[in-house]
Amino acid sequence: MSTTSVEKIKQGSQRLRGSVVHSLAEQVTGALANSDQTIIKYHGSYQQDDRDLREERRLQKLEPAHSFMIRTRTPGGVLTPTQWLKLDQIATRFAERGLRITSRQAIQFHGVIKTELKATMQAINAALMDTLAACGDVNRNIAVSTSPQHGALHRQVQAQAFALSAALLPNSRAYYEIWLDETQINGSGAEPDPIYGESYLPRKFKIAFAIPPDNDVDVFSQDLGFIAITHASGELLGYNVSIGGGMGCTHGDPQTYPRLADVIGFIEPHQVEAIAKAVLTTQRDWGNRDVRKLARLKYTIDSRSLAAFKAEVVKRAEVTIAPAVLFQFEKNSDHFGWRQSSDGYWSLGLRILGGRIWDQSGQGLQSALRAVAQGLQIQTSDATAITPEFRLTPNQNVLIANLSEPQKFVVQQLLSAHAQETTNLERTNPASKQIPSKLSLNAIACVALPTCGLAMAEAERYLPDFIKQFEQLQREFGLLEHDFHLRISGCPNGCSRPYLGEIALVGKAPGRYNLMLGADHRGQRLNQLYRENLDEPSILTALRPLLARYASEQHTGERFGDFLHRAALLEPPSTAEAAGADNYV
Amino acid sequence: MPTNSSAAVTQIAPPGVGALALPERTLAELQQLAESLDAAKLWWVSGYFAGLAQASASMQSTSQLAKLPTSVPVAAADSRLVTVVYGSQTGNAKRIAENLATGLSAEHLPMRLLSAADYPHRELANERFLVVVISTHGDGDPPDDARSFLDFIGSRRAPALPQLSYAILALGDSSYPQFCAVGKQLGARLHALGAKPWTPVQEADVDIAKVAEPWHKQVLRLAAENLQRPTLSLVASASKEPSQAAVQASYSRTQPYLAELISNQKITARGSDRDIRHLELALADHESLHYQPGDALGIWAPNTAAQVEQVLARTQLSGAAAVVLNDRTTTLRQALLEDRELGKLPRGFLELHAARLNSSPSAFVGASDFPQLLDLLDHAPAAWEAQALIDALRPMQPRLYSIASSMREVGHEAHLCVAHVSYEEQGKTRVGLASNFLREQVAGSQLRVFVERNARFRLPVDGSTDVIMIGAGTGVAPYRGFLQERIATGAKGRNWLIFGAPHARHDFLYQLEWQKALQAGQLHQIDLAFSRDQASKVYVQDRLREQGRAVFDWLENGAHVYVCGDASRMAKAVEADLLEIIEKHLGRSPNDSPTELALAYLDQLRQQKRYAKDVY
Repeated sequence: MSTTSVEKIKQGSQRLRGSVVHSLAEQVTGALANSDQTIIKYHGSYQQDDRDLREERRLQKLEPAHSFMIRTRTPGGVLTPTQWLKLDQIATRFAERGLRITSRQAIQFHGVIKTELKATMQAINAALMDTLAACGDVNRNIAVSTSPQHGALHRQVQAQAFALSAALLPNSRAYYEIWLDETQINGSGAEPDPIYGESYLPRKFKIAFAIPPDNDVDVFSQDLGFIAITHASGELLGYNVSIGGGMGCTHGDPQTYPRLADVIGFIEPHQVEAIAKAVLTTQRDWGNRDVRKLARLKYTIDSRSLAAFKAEVVKRAEVTIAPAVLFQFEKNSDHFGWRQSSDGYWSLGLRILGGRIWDQSGQGLQSALRAVAQGLQIQTSDATAITPEFRLTPNQNVLIANLSEPQKFVVQQLLSAHAQETTNLERTNPASKQIPSKLSLNAIACVALPTCGLAMAEAERYLPDFIKQFEQLQREFGLLEHDFHLRISGCPNGCSRPYLGEIALVGKAPGRYNLMLGADHRGQRLNQLYRENLDEPSILTALRPLLARYASEQHTGERFGDFLHRAALLEPPSTAEAAGADNYV
Repeated sequence: MPTNSSAAVTQIAPPGVGALALPERTLAELQQLAESLDAAKLWWVSGYFAGLAQASASMQSTSQLAKLPTSVPVAAADSRLVTVVYGSQTGNAKRIAENLATGLSAEHLPMRLLSAADYPHRELANERFLVVVISTHGDGDPPDDARSFLDFIGSRRAPALPQLSYAILALGDSSYPQFCAVGKQLGARLHALGAKPWTPVQEADVDIAKVAEPWHKQVLRLAAENLQRPTLSLVASASKEPSQAAVQASYSRTQPYLAELISNQKITARGSDRDIRHLELALADHESLHYQPGDALGIWAPNTAAQVEQVLARTQLSGAAAVVLNDRTTTLRQALLEDRELGKLPRGFLELHAARLNSSPSAFVGASDFPQLLDLLDHAPAAWEAQALIDALRPMQPRLYSIASSMREVGHEAHLCVAHVSYEEQGKTRVGLASNFLREQVAGSQLRVFVERNARFRLPVDGSTDVIMIGAGTGVAPYRGFLQERIATGAKGRNWLIFGAPHARHDFLYQLEWQKALQAGQLHQIDLAFSRDQASKVYVQDRLREQGRAVFDWLENGAHVYVCGDASRMAKAVEADLLEIIEKHLGRSPNDSPTELALAYLDQLRQQKRYAKDVY
């Protein structure tokens, strides 16, 4: 949709109401009116259709099989076992293909039809969650490192993210009136919104909190990042602030590009909200509203200069930004298996291939996790009690956290009874068939076909096939135990953060991908376009000689992406990227 | 997302015309007219007016002007237009086509601009100059809006195009292997159909202007060389060449026409538990095959060869045995295949069968237990002679299906909407003779058909009369023909469809067509009852009741009401509800009970032929 029409729809929406109510009642189509398709994003839903069926249905003189994707707003991906069970029920009753964990720690439901959209939204709210602002030109779900090794620190950062998410919600009763049958009140449709105004942001806006040494949130891919800085004792001192990251670009358009965020300095925890609002409102006022594909914060910063943007933020926030503090990221992948946190609680990291939790995918994961959630349901009136929780990870996996020793035992028993691995690298359960390889542990893929309207090629559905093919290559060169970060994306927008994959496939057309190589494994160096528009045999042909050289020439512990650069098989990275974490202003 | 191109246009007030000084009223009328038209129609009108201007300049009189045609496509039958068609995914092809249209229009060259989605397929046969701007996506995919256009041109029904000159601008991205494939294939196909390239297909890469601009100029030059400026005859409807058809005097039930099946498309989705087919048949241009909306098409369907072989096996008769029918001699096998019903055993057959077994019919149960000949033969085999068997069986009957098209829209074709009949009986799966036969037919099959008139199910003669069309399932078939007819004739009356089916997602027959008609303002109201989309079942009669007030208002306004589909439940319920609606809204009378009044009202509708049923 053109930029002007999106801007017009936002302005004319009466605070995100549009004609959604009318569109929902319209029986002649399973779709919404065009303008309402834009508005409903702000309510956490996208209209999609089953693209596998599009051509078949056209011949059948039927409209596309329209359905809705619904995405939760779950900051940091934290869910109680009770919430997990409710989401599981919703998936079973209203959605297709189970639960899908997103790369922003939300749950996505696919295939909800229009006539059941409202009931689904109500069920999500009944689970004490919402979907407000999960999509659209607003602050999206806030990502937080899942940090199994940190106890109190994670809780503190998570609480901060949760509060910030609430503070950055658009001010509109539309959500409650449309989905929850709340009555219109005086002022409905003209609620004052000091953060977003009536045009919202020029484009989506993403925030993440990283807790070093983990960069699982890929903080430099975010519009706004907060990197937790701690005292030697582990106490939270504050955050380094990073701005201007973003993945999305358009094939063949050099004006668009992925960009890593710049660290602009250090702030204290109480300054987070002020800084976030200042960055967000500056982008609201300075961002490009004429060309949507150039509207992300990264382009605003590059066109207005980082120094100018930072100065404006400082002015608006009325906060002094201190020089950034040194920090070190070790990896942007997840922790798997059992691990004990600094305060003695256990957590279990489970690999969820492609983020899809669905029994029909043949792994029985959905019922296994349902059983675990049932086993961990705890009634407590003590709000400060540390109780078990599920954390959706930014790499589309699940961490079951805050477990006492007895609870750890319960989880082990339940997973074992459901033939699920409880650790990633050892075969503890004789019933399980296969141990996931390191490659498949860390690989991620966006949803893409058949539901995503932007997808040009398969991603999630292709991931298992490509893993198999690549593992074959690994085996050939004795590299099966090596860790490669693989990311597949169905289009260049980059929901699976492909430009930070050591090896990434970015969809161009059905069965064809751009092969991107050479990112690091810490989220601090972008990869590069290596070969364009390849089919699978050509991808494998292109990778084979590189793997051969890596197998014979690698230094001990050297990662594939780093090796490609050392061996000068790729263009040298830009100086800022080469400097890695030192790219301060 | 397509933008509504008319919106931008209609905000422009007619420019001042200086010395011409158009009266204010004329200006207002022009503006009103402009607001009612989309971009394509505006283009057409501009050409039309230009034609009038030139004609009036030469004749100094417009008094003999032909009447303005009622719909734009009529003008397309004229050969001196250039038609600019675009298939556009991201808007580039559309933009280029619009620029070209502007250029042609500035040169006063008669033209029309159409999205490929809106191109009326049957007009291709008369097209003289076709200009197409079309893009290629992904792995050689066409833009979504061009699929049906390309399907048609690629299909066997595409007409020969010796009269046609074409120019194609193919857009693409050379980093993809199938660069500009769609445009190139279209060119090759048009060429194969006999059309001549006006200019070779031009292929534009991402840097579109480099190729598009020279192409634009070339097309303008070619158009200027080949087209005349519009004249009066622009609006005269084309007289079609009489077809070479038909030495046959007349096609009828007994002399069926051998029609070629053009397509057989399932139109219920994969989630549906019904198999409903949309069939398109080619008819000859012959008086006896001309039909009106509401008419039915009779189909002679044979029994299956397997059934016939089983009958022969059970009776131990030779298929080659000669048997005499009314008018001719044939083989037993052939007679069982095409001339006798193997189901629907006639009254008396059981007695004859029993006699052959030296037993009484009641000795082995009632006839209703053996609806099919094979069941009876399985249960109680008896010896039959070939001729006796043929004489005892019921002659084959044709099956009638409401025609789902209007000749004004589809030309010499008939479209059908046929539900595959399949049910369980006595532990066996039974299928409908004709619906099962039709389901198996593929494009190119020959079908024996005839037109069966249905004078009781006709659109109002006066196009300004409103119609209410009520139908469930395949009962919607005649309404597709009705609506096509009403659109083609420019009928001014309102059209209201009340349709029912199990699930909106799977069983919404002709959904895309109703949507398109609604958007175009050709279908004025639609009410839908999807019985199984909610906990409590909802049927068309429920929608009718909900809309009681409006139904009565339409009736009072002279509307005709049609009911088509299931006779046993739907039609009865609809009639009861119609009576209730009339009773509720009709004024009281001191002498008659409200019920009597309502009955009288409905009777009057019947007498005025304003209430028609086609139920089965």
